[in-house]
Amino acid sequence: MPENYEPKIVAFFCNWCTYLAADLAGTSRMKYAANTRVIRVMCSGRVDPQFVLEAFAKGADGVLIGGCHPGDCHYQEGNYKALRRYYLLKRTLREMGIEEERFRLEWISAAEGDRVRTVVNDMVQKLRALGPRKMNPAIEPELEEVAAS
Amino acid sequence: MSEKAKVAFYWCASCGGCEEAVVDLAEKILEVSAAVEIVLWPVALDFKRKDIEAIPDGGIVATFLNGAIRSTEQEEMAHLLRRKSKVMVALGSCSQLGGIPGLANLWDRSAILEAVYKGSPSTVNPEGTTPQTAYKDNGRTPTLPMLYNTVRTLDQVVDVDYYIPGCAPAAKLVLDAVETLLSGNLPPKGTVLAPDRALCDECPRRDTRPDKLELAEFKRPHQIIADPEKCLLAQGLLCLGPATRGGCGGLCTKGNMPCTGCYGPTSRVRDYGGKALTALASIIEAKDDTDIEKVLAGIPDPVGTFYRYSLPASLLKRKTLEA
Repeated sequence: MPENYEPKIVAFFCNWCTYLAADLAGTSRMKYAANTRVIRVMCSGRVDPQFVLEAFAKGADGVLIGGCHPGDCHYQEGNYKALRRYYLLKRTLREMGIEEERFRLEWISAAEGDRVRTVVNDMVQKLRALGPRKMNPAIEPELEEVAAS
Repeated sequence: MSEKAKVAFYWCASCGGCEEAVVDLAEKILEVSAAVEIVLWPVALDFKRKDIEAIPDGGIVATFLNGAIRSTEQEEMAHLLRRKSKVMVALGSCSQLGGIPGLANLWDRSAILEAVYKGSPSTVNPEGTTPQTAYKDNGRTPTLPMLYNTVRTLDQVVDVDYYIPGCAPAAKLVLDAVETLLSGNLPPKGTVLAPDRALCDECPRRDTRPDKLELAEFKRPHQIIADPEKCLLAQGLLCLGPATRGGCGGLCTKGNMPCTGCYGPTSRVRDYGGKALTALASIIEAKDDTDIEKVLAGIPDPVGTFYRYSLPASLLKRKTLEA
């Protein structure tokens, strides 16, 4: 593992709960790991699996989705849709060789600033333990190399 | 007499089904062959590589290339035909999206050779012989093309002008494409020569699809006797029609089988599997973690289901190899 490895996490936080929680963590001057790049979306249900795949394709070490608790969705059903996609996408990612710890969904309400801190810190710790993501080698074996094998 | 337009057909990593799509033109093929001169078609006519090399660059009006690119020879031929052709058409799922051979991107070269030449139960190979790219024998050195670790789509190797989707493409799409190209009235580069609407739009079962679909479980085709008229999704079968481009006329759904997605995405979608997965996950009825996982157990192989024809064209392109 390279020295000073800092995992990069792309975080999709919903406008009504988790983004406000992150805001609360900030105004309450809570300190937590600076590894997330937060993208505000209107709802966790707005997170298209293509966003997650693109983040991983471009080299993110982890993707975190934050939404309202079940029953609290501003749009009533959005977070349930996010939950169903999360489980299916997680299994797809596993089949593609991306470890489970790298993709996470959390329910964090607007009042839970401290939970943003705990979740982000915990995820960063787990990703540090995993180390940088193995990226796909574009290199194909040279002809001579193959002939020799 | 003016010279006829030169057209080439070639195949790379594919099964030959796309050749069938061309043969399926039936009598229409006579009209096509009256209008064009076929300069290469390995499945039917005896032309050699040197015949193509002798044609000046850009001398072929259009090459229809089916199959994905997964060997050195296929890559060389793709480059050669690209240089010789004014228009390059990716014919069929493999060429457009990677197709079934693209699922090899879940493994690598050595794992594939190991499974095929040593591991499979029907293989008898006591000496453990595997294909070599070169072999010395009595002063001669015959060679074979090398298999790559990663299967690629045609447009990941050479510039592609048009795409004809499908596994295999409907004969009508091939005919329409040939006619379009010969008319000289060319659509914008990069166009997929099929309707840009989801399959549901042309499915004969369309009107039986409920406004709100809610599935309690996924069933596999052998587990039920499907009603021949009712929407297959509504019957719990994993039908990819909502996420898949139309153009086939619902061949599978007419045959009481769910769509498996061979026509790939519409123009608004970047990653077919990601979108198909969204469509299917969203209509699950369950709301809590355990129940959702129970329903999803009905999809034992998500990559093989949602990326059946498009893994090399997906955002992730292949499984991460161990270092």
